[in-house]
Amino acid sequence: MSSERQARLPVLLCIVAALLLAIVPLPEWASPFRPDWVLLTLIYWSIAVPRRYSVGTAWVLGIVLDIAYGTLLGQHALALAFVIYLTVKFHLQLRVFPLSQMTATVLVLLGLYRFILFWINGVAGIYPELVIYWGPVAAGTIAWPLLSLFFGGLRYRVAD
Amino acid sequence: MAEHAQRSFTTPAPGLRFLILGGLSLVLLIADQRSDYLDSVRKAIGAAVYPLRVAVDTPVSLWRWVGESTASRNELVLELSRLRTEKLITQARLMRYAALEAENARLRAMLGARERVRERVQVAEIMSVSTNPFRHVMVVDKGTRDGAFEGQAIIDADGVVGQVIEAGLLSSQAMLISDPDHALPVQVNRSGVRTIAVGTGEHDRLDLPFLPNNADIHEGDLLVTSGLGGAFPPGYPVGTVRSVIRVPQNPFAEVSATPAASLGQIREVMLIWPGENEPGDDAAAAEAPGPADAPPESAADTTADE
Repeated sequence: MSSERQARLPVLLCIVAALLLAIVPLPEWASPFRPDWVLLTLIYWSIAVPRRYSVGTAWVLGIVLDIAYGTLLGQHALALAFVIYLTVKFHLQLRVFPLSQMTATVLVLLGLYRFILFWINGVAGIYPELVIYWGPVAAGTIAWPLLSLFFGGLRYRVAD
Repeated sequence: MAEHAQRSFTTPAPGLRFLILGGLSLVLLIADQRSDYLDSVRKAIGAAVYPLRVAVDTPVSLWRWVGESTASRNELVLELSRLRTEKLITQARLMRYAALEAENARLRAMLGARERVRERVQVAEIMSVSTNPFRHVMVVDKGTRDGAFEGQAIIDADGVVGQVIEAGLLSSQAMLISDPDHALPVQVNRSGVRTIAVGTGEHDRLDLPFLPNNADIHEGDLLVTSGLGGAFPPGYPVGTVRSVIRVPQNPFAEVSATPAASLGQIREVMLIWPGENEPGDDAAAAEAPGPADAPPESAADTTADE
């Protein structure tokens, strides 16, 4: 892995784009199905370049999301940091997964992320409707193959 | 430690970092839930997030600007005439309103009650709306620099919209009345019955869960703010009662209402500074006892008891 030589700028742009997509207003019917763009982006890059994009990055972005969404401070940070910790821990295995298997793994990771958010909300006394809560998981899983192809292209272009 | 980090080329020891940051998150969560120590932190980071919001908002406002500036002359003329008509109608209504206001002031003076203070109002634009369907929070483009404060009431042309929950320097977060965490003291305009309107998480429904079965409330009743919570000035329309279901064995009727403001569609709102002209007025009115000197809420209260 030529991770050290990889240019930072394109990845940073990806992360900023993910943040923008995460807070851009959507029509009401679509907003329950907004994929967790920041998490998807972080999953990809933490598997590709785990030395640079890891738990710390995830945590900082989580704090930014908490502020942007107005949720409890630390909620998204904890969920993102935990999921990214898992991906970094198993990044060697995840790297060799074929796309189908990786998509299934992403489904599990997104579900875990949502579960942590759900759980923190529950402890804090906020009880959301379940069905709509898992919409982003489905949407994110569908978005993953396209996203990872896009990031893959970007990565090898950058690496050249 | 540094040598170790260099040797483990592909595994940057995420476990320890996760433990530290996870613990920090928990501390933040508890601190944020239990108290408001973190408000200044939120404000600081909120200011840093501001460019992101502007970036998100730019395409939309750009699109509107392009649409407005390329509208054909014909459309503009049409709109102008429409607006002229509208202005005439509004002015006519306003004239009646002015007469009513004068009459009201006269009657109030006769009763020995204070004239209700006028509120200062400023228009704010909504920059973004929460993406979480269970937290109806929006961001408006007025912050503490413009005088916005926490707990400030927000209305639009049709009725009450919500209140500021976090005033940043340049922008503020506001909770809509439809948020499940939001409760609003209201009053039935016709009968004067006071109760609480609670958000449901749906933009077009509020619940009134604390009305006894025999409360004087019907479908189509107008709900207005009672002003008893302190945050909202009294008399602003909140919504109309949509359904009243009375189940004899339950202590409370199931009442739901449709908000007057179309909460899912607004783009401009108004921030209210109540009693801006005379800051001490409200307190003085509340302190003065006696039925003759009662503030408007208690006056309505006696109607409810009859």
